[in-house]
Amino acid sequence: MSNRNPEYDFVWCPGCGDFGVRRALEWALERHVAEHEIPQSNYVIVAGIGCSGNMVHLMEGDQPFGLHGIHGRTLPLSFGVKMGRPDLQAVVVAGDGDFLAIGGEHIGPAAARNVDVTCVVMDNGVYGLTKGQSSPTTEMGVTTSSTPYGKIESQMMPLKYYLTIGVSYIASHYSSKPRDLANVIQDAMNHKGFSIVHVQSPCTTYNDTYDILKGNRRKGIPGMAWEVPEDHDPSSRQSAEDLLGRPGIPLGLIYKDERPTLQDRVDEIAEANPRRTPADLLASYAL
Amino acid sequence: MSDNHSQDFVIRFAGEGGQGLVTSADAMARAAANAGYYVSTFSTFPSQIMGGPASSQVRISTSPVLSSGDSVDVLVSLDEYAYNNHREDLSDNGVAIYNSGEFQLPGGGQYFGIDADELAKSTGNTRAANMVTIGAVAHLIGFSLEEIDAFITARFTRGRPGDDEIIESNKKAIRLGADVAANSGFSVGTLAPPSPPDYEQIMITGNAALALGAVTAGVDFYVGYPISPATTILVWMEQNLVGQGRFAHQVSSEIEAISAIVGAGYAGKKSMTATAGPGLSLMGEGLGLAWMAEIPCVVVDVQRGGPSTGLPTKSEQSDLMTCLHPGHGDMTVPILAPGSVEECFEAGALAVNWAERYQGPIIVMSEFGQAEKGENIRKPDLDAVNVETRSVYNGSNGYARYESWGENGLSPMPIPGGPGAYVANGSEHDEIGDTTHLPRHHIRLTERRFKKMGLLNDAHIEIEDEGATAMIMSWGSSKGPAREAYERLKADGVDVGWLYSMALNPLPDEMKAALEQANIVIVPELNYMGQWSAVLRQHGYRAESVTQYTGLPFKPATLVDRIAARVAELRTEKGTVLV
Repeated sequence: MSNRNPEYDFVWCPGCGDFGVRRALEWALERHVAEHEIPQSNYVIVAGIGCSGNMVHLMEGDQPFGLHGIHGRTLPLSFGVKMGRPDLQAVVVAGDGDFLAIGGEHIGPAAARNVDVTCVVMDNGVYGLTKGQSSPTTEMGVTTSSTPYGKIESQMMPLKYYLTIGVSYIASHYSSKPRDLANVIQDAMNHKGFSIVHVQSPCTTYNDTYDILKGNRRKGIPGMAWEVPEDHDPSSRQSAEDLLGRPGIPLGLIYKDERPTLQDRVDEIAEANPRRTPADLLASYAL
Repeated sequence: MSDNHSQDFVIRFAGEGGQGLVTSADAMARAAANAGYYVSTFSTFPSQIMGGPASSQVRISTSPVLSSGDSVDVLVSLDEYAYNNHREDLSDNGVAIYNSGEFQLPGGGQYFGIDADELAKSTGNTRAANMVTIGAVAHLIGFSLEEIDAFITARFTRGRPGDDEIIESNKKAIRLGADVAANSGFSVGTLAPPSPPDYEQIMITGNAALALGAVTAGVDFYVGYPISPATTILVWMEQNLVGQGRFAHQVSSEIEAISAIVGAGYAGKKSMTATAGPGLSLMGEGLGLAWMAEIPCVVVDVQRGGPSTGLPTKSEQSDLMTCLHPGHGDMTVPILAPGSVEECFEAGALAVNWAERYQGPIIVMSEFGQAEKGENIRKPDLDAVNVETRSVYNGSNGYARYESWGENGLSPMPIPGGPGAYVANGSEHDEIGDTTHLPRHHIRLTERRFKKMGLLNDAHIEIEDEGATAMIMSWGSSKGPAREAYERLKADGVDVGWLYSMALNPLPDEMKAALEQANIVIVPELNYMGQWSAVLRQHGYRAESVTQYTGLPFKPATLVDRIAARVAELRTEKGTVLV
């Protein structure tokens, strides 16, 4: 259930990373609204299918608009929203299965267009809602319900993939630091262009990575997450590549390329080519 | 009118793709249309960039053209393969012109050779070879050379130096061709004087008319993926849908296309895409989302032969089942299937209005044979197009978007940026759009989604000769040949009636009543399964199909023979319920 709808029958498991991401997203939206004095009604959350997509029904406070579509299509849906209505703010929320497996084909085109959409990807390395199958970010060799003899595909490295395919803003974070994450999401929303905030958001039921991410001294587990150093230059592609060459999970902004968006180019064409009325168009078919 | 006058000629140019076949047919069509005749072009070509056997034809008539005709009166063959491939289509007194610069035929046949390239050279303009051939054709059908001169002058007056020389050389080429035809001694008759219409006309193709209709009704967001025979709509939109507040773009797949138009439709735009069978299959899930979340958008399916990659550049009407049920689950999509180039404009506009009115997806079914067919049609009256806009929610926040209002269940739609924020949900949902599994919500919303279709009852229908032994009811692009067959059957005294509906789903109430009354409905359609008659039988009407699956449109004569034979059978076994 959600606070505003007692009948709503979807729940996240206790301890789910998505709770932290929700808090961070709520803060980021709230601050973005205040910062730009944009009405809340101008925000559209485009949600994928899976545990993370239910975010759109569970958000508290003032409700933004939501579009909870079909599996894997958050990017083309948000593309339609944003190019149809450039005055709106479009934010995608999706999981690793939705965004990287079934929806993977849309990342390249979205990057090439540099469409002004912010994506918050919740990566738990597993298909939770269908009860524990392997995802693109599941490590090789891991046994899941769909890899009974161990996963026999390599683990995908999403951050490297985003950089290679030309995403203009790439950040990495995790769900246990919602205040920091909120800052990163807000910054991503301020980026003019296609931005991805890739968030480690553990699944306590099928793939509990809290200890691995944060470290557990008692169990002798070193943490994998580390802050992006302050002297990192996110405008340098080489620095970003070097950063991603290090083991573990970076927390912070990795790459930021300020270049024209698709809308900028569309505006240029619109400037040079005024609207043609149906009557103008009809005239070109005169006998 | 003199007896040796013909009301109608079909001229076909055959050869390889890239030889200017379409240009020739188009030139002939424009010259004749300017002279006051009715024209219709039709082309067929393989799915490759250049070369391969291709042909382009024009039918010139003193009355509006309904089909591409039964046979060819003049066949222009640019190579031997083309001649051998098309000569069987020649009418009994038809004449072939062959390219004697390329091949020779033995003496004694109903043909003559012409070396158009060589003759064009003698005019000083090697590019005038098409005009040499057109001159020969004009002589054979008794078409005035002065009308072609007028066309040439209009075409080549471009305000550039050298225009005059080009015009003169082309006029000369026409006469050189006509002289060769005159010396051959052949003629196929004389085209009767035109009966020009008393209304203004335009010359346009089916796809362009459809795009223009949609833009007239306010489409301002278009994305698409290249696919024959729908690509020309994408190209048209990218060229013309420009300026502030408009967007037209090529995306990476039909999955992107349907998703993007759903996103734009949700955000308040009038959005559209066009595709063909393979793309339509990919759009199934996205169409289901538009149905489920109640989002207006228009998908045009310009059919080709299927399944799989099928016949990309051929005629077939075999996507009907897919269009009726493109997605999984309890859903359907309203369908408009225009039956002529003129109706393509009407359907393009009405589809946009329908989508806005009932808040959901609409499919327009066109077809290859209609897509690139150029015709001179009545100039659409733009002021007569009633541009509808959706009912938008303007109240306060806390709105239950999916609560049903009124008789048809429809409720005003909130648009982002305005009040009434909600979640448009592809999962089953409650009033506010939250996901639910409760039976009462699923029952109410399933019924609501179907009930809204009751708002769509205003498409064009035709009902004639009710009570006949058999009612002919074709659909989509087979309407023209079926209508021509119907008129001939009536003239022959065969007891047939006529039903036509541009809307296939939902069927207008008046059409349902007529179908209910029909003794038997005969459906000419271009597919193997007899898809439309199957749908009619599913509705409880008595129907059977006359099918063809050659990749080509119907010839009216074929339909006349098959329907006459069937009606004769029905009359001897009258009272038997068939199929």
